[in-house]
Amino acid sequence: MPEPILEIRNLEMFFPVKGKVFQKEKDFVKAVNGVNLKVNKGETLGIVGESGCGKSTLARTLVGLLEPTAGDILFEGKSILGSGRKQMHQLRKDIQMVYQDPYTSLNPRMKAGEIIAAPLKAYRMTDNLERRVKELMDRVGLKAEDYAKFPHQFSGGQRQRIGIARALALNPKLIILDEPVSALDVSIQAQVINLLEDLQKELGLTYVFIAHDLSVIKHIADQVAVMYLGKIMEVSDSESFYQDARHPYTNALLSAIPFPDPEKEKKRRRLVLGGELPSPADPPSGCVFHTRCPLAQDRCKMEIPCLEPKDENTEHLVSCFYPIHHGTPVPSENN
Amino acid sequence: MLEVNHLKTQIETNEGIVKAVDGISFRVNAGETLGIVGESGSGKSVLAHSVMQLNPKPPTFYPEGEIIYKDRNLLTLSEKELRKIRGNEIAMIFQDPMSSLNPVFKVGAQLEEAILTHQKISKKEARKRAVELLQDVGIPDAAQRMQSYPHQFSGGMRQRVLIAIALAGNPKLLIADEPTTALDVTIQAQILDLLLGLQKKYGMAIILISHDLGVISQMADRVLVMYSGRVVEEGTVNDIFHRTAMPYTWSLLRSLPRIDGGHQRLIHIEGHPPNLLAPPKGCNFAPRCPFATETCLAVDPALSPRGEGHQAACVLTKEEFNEKKKEWEAVKMEGVR
Repeated sequence: MPEPILEIRNLEMFFPVKGKVFQKEKDFVKAVNGVNLKVNKGETLGIVGESGCGKSTLARTLVGLLEPTAGDILFEGKSILGSGRKQMHQLRKDIQMVYQDPYTSLNPRMKAGEIIAAPLKAYRMTDNLERRVKELMDRVGLKAEDYAKFPHQFSGGQRQRIGIARALALNPKLIILDEPVSALDVSIQAQVINLLEDLQKELGLTYVFIAHDLSVIKHIADQVAVMYLGKIMEVSDSESFYQDARHPYTNALLSAIPFPDPEKEKKRRRLVLGGELPSPADPPSGCVFHTRCPLAQDRCKMEIPCLEPKDENTEHLVSCFYPIHHGTPVPSENN
Repeated sequence: MLEVNHLKTQIETNEGIVKAVDGISFRVNAGETLGIVGESGSGKSVLAHSVMQLNPKPPTFYPEGEIIYKDRNLLTLSEKELRKIRGNEIAMIFQDPMSSLNPVFKVGAQLEEAILTHQKISKKEARKRAVELLQDVGIPDAAQRMQSYPHQFSGGMRQRVLIAIALAGNPKLLIADEPTTALDVTIQAQILDLLLGLQKKYGMAIILISHDLGVISQMADRVLVMYSGRVVEEGTVNDIFHRTAMPYTWSLLRSLPRIDGGHQRLIHIEGHPPNLLAPPKGCNFAPRCPFATETCLAVDPALSPRGEGHQAACVLTKEEFNEKKKEWEAVKMEGVR
């Protein structure tokens, strides 16, 4: 049994919404609403969802940028919540983050070398600073002469490499990647994905990889979790996930991605979801997905389904009363 | 229907002249969907804006070429004449539905304005037509939603409103510039379905610009592949995806993470797209091309035929390219072992 390096238990992150003047009870945006996940050492957990599903909020709680309202996060078996400043300082060394937008996540007034050196300075690891930074730059495929350049002199892909080098500087064990390739062009995206895979192999890193794109996740993740309105809909190992997706939402997500292959594309039956994401401040009763689900029954409106295994594969968890069985045709709203 | 001949669009900047569109020719036939695919900076949006004459002049200028629509060259028309074509004949929808609507006017008013600009009808009729259009683009409770402001709509709904505005003048050609890039996949699927349905209903031609090869394969009849201001391959959607004849298109298809494939390592394209201020001598793609030879660095290849309606800009012939692909695959298999 591989040991989990990160464990998320019943995590909740509610943001209060300002009520009306005399309204006593506050409303909450339930951005993350009872999430349970585990990540094994050296593996990649992919988290997928549409905008507003809470995946970035989840990422922020994992690195301590947000204090969750309930639940627990265990890193190497120990809770990281409620730890003092000193402990948090140590933890941040082990857990690093790479952000989505390489245009806003780098300080425009700092040189690339200074950006990468910043975490080392913060931890007073200043011996051979320049040499260490140049090693890091080499590792992520930047040239030594890039050291003195400013962020605006780099392309998007190179900036993301700077962000990755900065995250690697302190030899972390876990890296949270929040949509690291979404802002990049296809040809550059592949370069960065390959770089991340190489680094993981060489350094034994664990990744939490957040994306909205299931095809990117397929290439990099060992485990995949699907989020919808702050809840996990389905989680499984990548193979079982892509071959035998059980949740109607997962199936809809998969069939919404057009194949880059016109012949296959023509033969395909698609499940186009109607409607839009409901507001996370006022999520639907019962199963949060029932308002858009083509398979929803009365029960789905009343009861909340648990995330549980639906067949002999006990690692494939689905939060649905009527999961789709592999091979049975999916009802399409088109026909 | 629309014919673009050897169009050059250049932009003056402080550092020099950017050749954003560098000698492009293509045609759009009535009722078809032409896909234009390329990475950022390949000039696909500038090309679309050139057709509509929406690039600010200066700094943009058109040193060469013609854009023929209904026997008239759009490049020589006055602003007044152009205004009759925009919206009535050729309409456009843009990438960002968040910034394309005016936030201080109700959606209904913006739609009515578009209708009244293009048709000589009464306000009452315009209102009726506006509700119809909103229903056509799949907005529920259209009559009530006329009274909403843009911020009360989600991204997908705003894109629907923009499509309705584009349809207000019954255009024969719709230019869609990355219409779904800012949207989630499930909403993207809805909008693409909607465009296909409207195309059937209104019988218009569509120029669909996208960086997403999946979207192009789903929607387009014919495809132009752009790279650094040039068309590097042109053909039917099957030519492009199944009989690829240009190393750039081929590399791009191989660098895509895909859900319909296995979990193999991606094959990335080395380097970055060229600087359009100082494009390389020879073939623009040569510095990144896995098959480039000495010739490629010196000779700039023009589009040449590879089959019926299929053209590619590469010095390699079809047979040579297939040979190179085979060699390359063999080397790769060796590497895997």
